[in-house]
Amino acid sequence: MLEITPLHYSLLSAALFMIGVIGVLVRRNVIIIFMSIELILNAVNINLVALSDQLQDLAGQVFVVFVIAVAAAEAAVGLGIIIAFYRNKETVNIDEIQIMRW
Amino acid sequence: MAEALLFYTLAALILGLGVMVVSARSAVHSVLFLVVNFLLVAVLYVTLNAEFVAVIQVLVYAGGIVVLYLFVVMLVNLKQAPERFSDPRRLARSGLVLGGVVLALIVVVVSSSLRAGAAPEGTLSGFGTPFTSGNTEQLGWVLYTSYLIPFELASMLLLVAMVGAIVLAKRHLGE
Repeated sequence: MLEITPLHYSLLSAALFMIGVIGVLVRRNVIIIFMSIELILNAVNINLVALSDQLQDLAGQVFVVFVIAVAAAEAAVGLGIIIAFYRNKETVNIDEIQIMRW
Repeated sequence: MAEALLFYTLAALILGLGVMVVSARSAVHSVLFLVVNFLLVAVLYVTLNAEFVAVIQVLVYAGGIVVLYLFVVMLVNLKQAPERFSDPRRLARSGLVLGGVVLALIVVVVSSSLRAGAAPEGTLSGFGTPFTSGNTEQLGWVLYTSYLIPFELASMLLLVAMVGAIVLAKRHLGE
């Protein structure tokens, strides 16, 4: 219990991942859904860094750098889409964003 | 023992703030909880001997991405309740508090720098101390040798995303 093993970090990561998934599924505000996605990416990063420390292999931390780069790109493009959509429809409610549904 | 205590405290705070990000009613509160969450994850990285990733987490996530979110929240949710901050008494009170905080900061900085002026040269900062091979150096070495092509691809991805975001957020195309 007092010894912190990679299992502890994996459990923390899994719990944070679940919180993010619940946020994506439950919330209806698109911006909060995007923030939940950031939480999910952070959960993955915690796992990668913990295992990188455990295995003494820097590949995990390199992957974290790439995940952060992709997250920045995702946030920029996603928020651009949100702004473009808000300009047209005056809403950020995901239930009303259905113009591509068939 | 101390390590376990630190881990459990950080884990509880990270999970609690994650729940608050998801459950906060106002999107602005959500963003602010997200900042603190990212900073605590950065502290967790430091405990895992990943200093460079921790710095990147603070700079890129807590500094860049969250500010972007805050901008969008402010752009999109302006309709709701700006009146709450227009009470002049409340404004004066918060101005007084902020002024006091700034004054206290100035006093602390000036007094500490005055006290530090008496200290011997060279002990004030870390400048000039030799940089032993640390996490940042190793990571940079790996990143620019084994992972050079993925690194360049990531930079191309960022460039494309930047152009895409500008095109998406631009009001009129072709004018």
